[in-house]
Amino acid sequence: MMPDLGKYAFAVLASYGATVVLLAALVALSFWQRARAKRLLDEVEARAGKTDG
Amino acid sequence: MIALLIRDLRLAFRTGGGFGLGLAFFLLVAVLVPLGVGPEGGTLGKIAPGILWVGALLACLLSLDRIFALDFEDGSLDLLATSPLPMEGAVAVKSLAHWLVTGLPLTLAAPALGILLNLPPAGYGWLVLSLALGTPALSVIGTFGAALTVGLKRGGLLLSLLVLPLYVPTLIFGAEVVKRGAAGMEVATPLALLAAITAGAAGLLPFASAAAIRVNLR
Amino acid sequence: MSIWEYANPKKFMQTSAWLLPWAVGLTVLCLGIGLIWGFFFTPDDYKQGATVKIIYIHVPAAMMAINVWVMMLVTSLIWIVRRHHVSALAAKAAAPIGLTFTLIALVTGAFWGQPMWGTWWAWDPRLTSFLVLCLFYLGYIALWQAVENPDTAADLTGVLCVVGSVFAMLSRYAVNFWNQGLHQGASLSMDAKENVSDVFWLPLLICIAGFVLLFIALVLMRTRTEIRTRRAQALMARERLA
Repeated sequence: MMPDLGKYAFAVLASYGATVVLLAALVALSFWQRARAKRLLDEVEARAGKTDG
Repeated sequence: MIALLIRDLRLAFRTGGGFGLGLAFFLLVAVLVPLGVGPEGGTLGKIAPGILWVGALLACLLSLDRIFALDFEDGSLDLLATSPLPMEGAVAVKSLAHWLVTGLPLTLAAPALGILLNLPPAGYGWLVLSLALGTPALSVIGTFGAALTVGLKRGGLLLSLLVLPLYVPTLIFGAEVVKRGAAGMEVATPLALLAAITAGAAGLLPFASAAAIRVNLR
Repeated sequence: MSIWEYANPKKFMQTSAWLLPWAVGLTVLCLGIGLIWGFFFTPDDYKQGATVKIIYIHVPAAMMAINVWVMMLVTSLIWIVRRHHVSALAAKAAAPIGLTFTLIALVTGAFWGQPMWGTWWAWDPRLTSFLVLCLFYLGYIALWQAVENPDTAADLTGVLCVVGSVFAMLSRYAVNFWNQGLHQGASLSMDAKENVSDVFWLPLLICIAGFVLLFIALVLMRTRTEIRTRRAQALMARERLA
């Protein structure tokens, strides 16, 4: 299944690995920021709703 | 406008900072590099154009945050904004004052430091000419960076980060002129491009800087 | 019905909520097919051996690194001219994605350059301009973070983006002038002679589509985050006044 990368195995695998790590970090950061923003907004909206009504 | 220029120059001389600091830094670079690289004249002569240009650029960077900081703190920037003088003009004068205080002395001091770095004799004229043409661009671009960061508490490092990539073209063409000049090659192309960058920056960037100042004063 | 309707945050939130799952799905599909095809089922290049497989991430990441900046320039201009908040927030949301793509292009390029050119890094025009681009992204993000008032930050970063674009172009030509490169010419151009050969062409195209979709998905999601944060900030400001 695994293709024979020959003597370039390190270069290819390291490139793919680094890309996965960087993209995973970006996606994780985006999800974390999303969760934080959602939580903050829910909190504030709940409070605003209470004072309004 | 002339009154503003004179006032800025007087302030710069009185506080001393910008004027001496930039030159001292430039001298430090020219002394430290040979100590780090080694005393071989051939190597030094080869890298001298680059070192001198980088040194001038960093020395210029040092004093940028002073362009607007003091005026912002004591409120004279607000006065300038409401004065009949358009902000673009005020910004341009500020850049000019910065150049007179840092860029011009750097240009004049550069040949002396060129001796320290064993710059080939053919390079001196081109060194002075390229710095004279290039440092105004550094001041104008730096003023733009200073205008962006004027209201910030810790603007110093951010200012360097913003301005450094903007300095890339000026540095490349400036150092190229000296390198080619020192090697006795034809210099007209990089010199023309350097002049074009300075002219373009000086003509257009004050508008961007003034816009940034207005936003910051809002 | 005009495109400016999407500048309304509410409308944008509705549309993007509907669009986002599609974008994510298509991204996974394209990147999955493209990368698996490229990694497992393409032959080695006769000259470059297995390293040619790096092309499936290197080229799309590099293309997108530049295109993201162009997108930021367009959205910044829209913000400056028409004052649509969503536009400014989209530019803010896009910057970290662009930075990541730039880093990917630089890192994979280094891993590729090591066996091919015998060096991790060379001061080649393309490499150097990417380094400069990386600095531009860093400065842009740092300025967003440093300025507290969101409208001021949007204005200042907008101006920086426009001025930065001009200087990025200048730098590109300056470094070209300064050094002739090791880097090969364009991998994808209309001129078929320069193109990569057909075996690599199709999976590469799919990977590029995957990266474009990945960017769209991420930018939608991150813009939604920014809009939520802005709304929370606005509500909190109102609370303090009340």
